[in-house]
Amino acid sequence: MSVITRFCSIALHAFSLLTASAFFANDSHAVVFSPKSFELDNGLQVVVIQNDRAPIVMQMLWYRVGAADEEPGESGLAHFLEHLLFKGTKTTAPGEFSRTVSRIGGRDNAFTSYDFTAYFQRVAAHELETIMRLEADRMHNLVLTDEVVLPERDVVLEERRSRTDNSPAAQLREQVRRALYLNHPYGRPVIGWMSEIRKLTTEKALAFYRKHYSPSNAMLIIAGDVTLERVKDLAEKYYGPIPGRTVPQRVRPKEPPHRAARRVVLKNARVRLPAVSRTYLAPSYASGEKQNAHPLEVLAQVLGGGTTSRLYRKLVVERGIASGAGAWYRGDGLDYGEFGIYASPKAGGDIAALEKALFKELDAAIVEGFKAEDIKRAKKLITAQATYVRDGLRAGPNAIGQAFTQGQTIADVEAWPERIAAVTPEQVMKAAWTVFDDKNSVTSVLLPEVRK
Amino acid sequence: MIGRIGAGIAILLSVLTFTSTVHATEIRKVVSDKGIVAWFVPDQSVPLITINFVFRGAGSATDPDGKEGLAEMSSALLDEGAGDIDSVDFQRRLEEIAAQMSFSAGRDHYSGRLRTLSVERDKAFDLLRLALTEPRFDEKPVERIRGQLIASLRQNAENPQRISGKTWSETVFSGHPYSRPASGTEQTLAAVSKVDLQSFVEKRFTRHRLVIGVVGDISEAELKQRLDRVFGDLPQTGPKFNIPEVRPSGAGKTVVIQKPIPQSVLIVGQAGIKREDPDWYAALLVTRIFGGGGLSSRLYEEVREKRGLAYSVYAYLSPMEKSALIVGGVATQNSRVGESLDVIQAEWDRLGKEGITDDELRDAKTYSNGSFPLRLASSRGIARLLVGMQISKLGIDYIKTRPSLINAVTLDDANRVARRLYDADKLTIVIVGEPEGISSTR
Repeated sequence: MSVITRFCSIALHAFSLLTASAFFANDSHAVVFSPKSFELDNGLQVVVIQNDRAPIVMQMLWYRVGAADEEPGESGLAHFLEHLLFKGTKTTAPGEFSRTVSRIGGRDNAFTSYDFTAYFQRVAAHELETIMRLEADRMHNLVLTDEVVLPERDVVLEERRSRTDNSPAAQLREQVRRALYLNHPYGRPVIGWMSEIRKLTTEKALAFYRKHYSPSNAMLIIAGDVTLERVKDLAEKYYGPIPGRTVPQRVRPKEPPHRAARRVVLKNARVRLPAVSRTYLAPSYASGEKQNAHPLEVLAQVLGGGTTSRLYRKLVVERGIASGAGAWYRGDGLDYGEFGIYASPKAGGDIAALEKALFKELDAAIVEGFKAEDIKRAKKLITAQATYVRDGLRAGPNAIGQAFTQGQTIADVEAWPERIAAVTPEQVMKAAWTVFDDKNSVTSVLLPEVRK
Repeated sequence: MIGRIGAGIAILLSVLTFTSTVHATEIRKVVSDKGIVAWFVPDQSVPLITINFVFRGAGSATDPDGKEGLAEMSSALLDEGAGDIDSVDFQRRLEEIAAQMSFSAGRDHYSGRLRTLSVERDKAFDLLRLALTEPRFDEKPVERIRGQLIASLRQNAENPQRISGKTWSETVFSGHPYSRPASGTEQTLAAVSKVDLQSFVEKRFTRHRLVIGVVGDISEAELKQRLDRVFGDLPQTGPKFNIPEVRPSGAGKTVVIQKPIPQSVLIVGQAGIKREDPDWYAALLVTRIFGGGGLSSRLYEEVREKRGLAYSVYAYLSPMEKSALIVGGVATQNSRVGESLDVIQAEWDRLGKEGITDDELRDAKTYSNGSFPLRLASSRGIARLLVGMQISKLGIDYIKTRPSLINAVTLDDANRVARRLYDADKLTIVIVGEPEGISSTR
């Protein structure tokens, strides 16, 4: 929803949508990825996560810039620039970056969200130098001409049609964001509005690049079969000479007090199964009432994280009035978090009755609280991820890169499982009382359009 | 210049890479006392055990007529109650140990997987055994899952990707089991009974269909015992399902499904090549050059990079047990469908008539040899590969031999195979949307 990639069929897309928190978790032994880190003179942060299980390395470069850093009227620019970083530099031709990675048997891609833009490659370990040379090169040597920029703008317009304009459910999600944020740029679509994408230019892209792409605004993460010394050498050699630039402070417009609950309804003849959801503005790990972030993670699991969760059990299993129901928490935003609940009726079911039942269950849950064993099971399920995420190369760079770009530290990533394990039932309830304030919410309903 | 030198070095080094990869993923063939066979890669780097398995030839193509969707429905119910444990309790027990268990029905094969923390393996393997050997199919979960599957059919009813895929299967496999909807229809799902579910599983979950791959933190001796316990009591054999071979039909046909959406979704394709065909590796390389491999291919270059016609454009080989396809796809605004199709057909034609260049073949080989080991980065990737290798009847040393199979493809082979496979006149085209100036043939 909030993260979009340059190429759609990649599996990574799915997991990059998860909150950072989903990746790292615990068996209460503190460390998860055991990363090592250092900083270059130009301000580039470098992190190494050693894993010699297979002779493979992954490079990820995270920039602290995303859609929420765009100027009004230029929505989609951060994501458009991400596409354009594959269009050549002073020494590489358009498309040569990906052709080279492909020729050496690697995979590459990139993705953009509100708070970050990230680029990555996976290659055989002995090819690390090639991808570090190429990635460092496009940090400061990008060359853009209308000849390559304008067709790519058409590509992004097609991407928008695929992701949003062809899907009523995606259109509604876009409207929900617009309604949830009264002032903050999290309310705009990462991919941009159609009319504003059309007006993006080569000059605007280059200006955005010069303003935000600097070693002092980035984190380089190398994971896999590699040593700290080797990464130090190569980082000094290729990233070291890039001059550091002063980048603007990330000061985004804040939300004013929310005084009225909002409701958005989308009717479309292509909708065959209605749906109802409510999204609340919530604290994140980095902002607002941060002490509620870990409890909200546990709350989302116990309230609606799986088949034994409260909402699913009541609405789907016991009452049989919903085909699906659940809850989620997205706590990784730099400025705000979001908490959501949702339900879909059975085929032919009454959506209005389901909506009432959903909110009645939510109220009941807040009044009654949760059983200690349910909270315990939810925590176990979340923290077991600390082990699962170590099976593979992607989760570590993802979690640490997201932390870096969204106001957290490596220490926060490593301590996350312990902090989840320490959450008490009282904290969960306190977080619930705080977040479920209708004035901070948007209720959305997806409905079939009935032709008369 | 640098690129060329780099590529030369890559060829040399990719062989070396393989040597060390093989070491890291040495595959053992394990045979239990009761004769259950598994391919196994021990790995203590993370305290996890991953097991993937497949019942060959037990997929949705074997759904009885009028009961389409039965295979998928059964796969959603195996973890909804088994043995003495009811649905809610079964789900709760899985969560308590944070085990990940799932089942799915493909067209040809029926598969399952379990990932568990190694400390929880006792409970996890036992739940798997129950799911496979004593599923309950109680009325309440059956009705719930039936309702969810029907809801899901409605949710997807207007999804252009789903519509194009379904129409494509109906067009090229007309009259064959492959043409039927794997997820069923509201009518066929309503017709599925508890007896159907029990009988489906009993006839198909047999040892002679079983293929297993295991990766992780478990000893070989213990694995043997676990295999016997989980799979040892399954029946040895079951009935044979006679799914006939089928040659794709619909060559030269265009089918337009009108839908009021701004972007048309297209599938184009024709007959392909079976996995066991001696020309497989040549076809794989040619198709990679044409439409595969991420951010560079002929289609990507011509359709996306040069003309900005689409975000997604691709082509891939789709080998099945009883047929084979080359499938391409693109999504583009309605006014540019004609232009996109022209480009794709021209490239399809050029590939069949002119073949590929030596440079393209060389790059495709280094790509193929270099990218293959990337799938060995996780237990899941390795376990999938272990099962896939056995289904395709590849040798246990395949990881080691694969580069030589790729490297043996000559330019003559590649161009002969391109000629044999790629024929733009034989394309079947399915379009969902409001494509300007294009209508169905006939």
